[in-house]
Amino acid sequence: MGKTESTFKNMVLSLTFISLGASACLAFVYQMTKLPIEASSMNKKIAAIKQVVPQFSNNPNDEMYRLPTGDGDSLDIYPAKIDGKIVGYAVNTNTQTGFSGNISLMAGFKPDGTIINITVLEQKETPGLGTKMKEPAFKDQFIDKNPADFMLKVKKDGGPVDAITAATISSRAFCHAVQRAYNTVFKEDLPDSSSGLSKTTTETTDTIPNNNNPKD
Amino acid sequence: MNQLQNFTKGFFKENPILVLVLGTCPTLATTTSTLNGMGMGIATTFVLIGSNVVISLLSGIIPDKVRIPAFVVIIASFVTIVDLLMQAYTSSLYQALGIFIPLIVVNCIVLGRAEAFASKNTVLSSFIDGVGMGLGFTMALGILGAFREIVGSGTIFGYKFIRGDGILVFILAPGAFWALGYLIALVNRIRRT
Repeated sequence: MGKTESTFKNMVLSLTFISLGASACLAFVYQMTKLPIEASSMNKKIAAIKQVVPQFSNNPNDEMYRLPTGDGDSLDIYPAKIDGKIVGYAVNTNTQTGFSGNISLMAGFKPDGTIINITVLEQKETPGLGTKMKEPAFKDQFIDKNPADFMLKVKKDGGPVDAITAATISSRAFCHAVQRAYNTVFKEDLPDSSSGLSKTTTETTDTIPNNNNPKD
Repeated sequence: MNQLQNFTKGFFKENPILVLVLGTCPTLATTTSTLNGMGMGIATTFVLIGSNVVISLLSGIIPDKVRIPAFVVIIASFVTIVDLLMQAYTSSLYQALGIFIPLIVVNCIVLGRAEAFASKNTVLSSFIDGVGMGLGFTMALGILGAFREIVGSGTIFGYKFIRGDGILVFILAPGAFWALGYLIALVNRIRRT
């Protein structure tokens, strides 16, 4: 086969031709995979919500709303309802205070603020150490606890939470994320009489009304 | 060189990881478990086959002076295709491999085969070369991943067979270097005899 000479015209033409072909292929594959990608991320979300809140009859994903956390960020709240009555909230919460990168959790609360269950959506902690936050040995200690009287702090910081061995930072971050979720949903909604709220002041809750722009 | 040799050279004689020592970055980073290592290998194999075939097809019309940009565009397209497909159909593996899927673009094996083999050989030879090199890469990653998973977390394909934890360091980066170093040493020892 005769090699095309490296004249300016040939170079421009061949690169244009290759780029056009590549874009056409990519556009086609993008269209083809768009729906499956959306479906798979949706399924993952629904599965996570099902793990952390009791039975519900609505579609929490359709009724999702955002609440400001008070520090310029906002969290997605998925209300779980049976016959229109709220039975729990699944909160997609996150924190940057982990050992490496973002930690994203789905935390489920009863309407009175008691934690139902927590599941880890995304984390990049050290394998074998911080990644143990996914295991029941760690996260099950939060079940049925109400952050109103259960301080979300590890023992080292004077709280009741058993940290993961050699992963105190990850454990702290986990607590921080749950605290954020709790603060966001319950700090305003709960009646003033609920005790112990003042103890859990890891962050301010002075919400600025116009500050609920989405994170991304 | 006949086609059988084109196929088998990727496994041992010119294995990209164990002999040529190319593309060690994804090798070290993704082999924390057998499945992750092999997933990475298969994704790279797909890109390698695709780019080898297309580049050998187009080698006649690509002028020499712009061959590297042309190769990179072709390779990047295949990587993006793999990226989208994995996101759609194998989303848990996609999450485990994370950034290393897009980084196949800069994997030297892929560009290396394009430049050293596909641009000078026929489509069939290039296809066979891509399959052989890709599977050789997958094999090396699978072995390394299996070793690190067995020693490091006491599991194989995710099934636990010991009580308690493994030797944690083999899951972390230093363990990756040790395991790869000893594996290369072993292969060198076998090749000498």
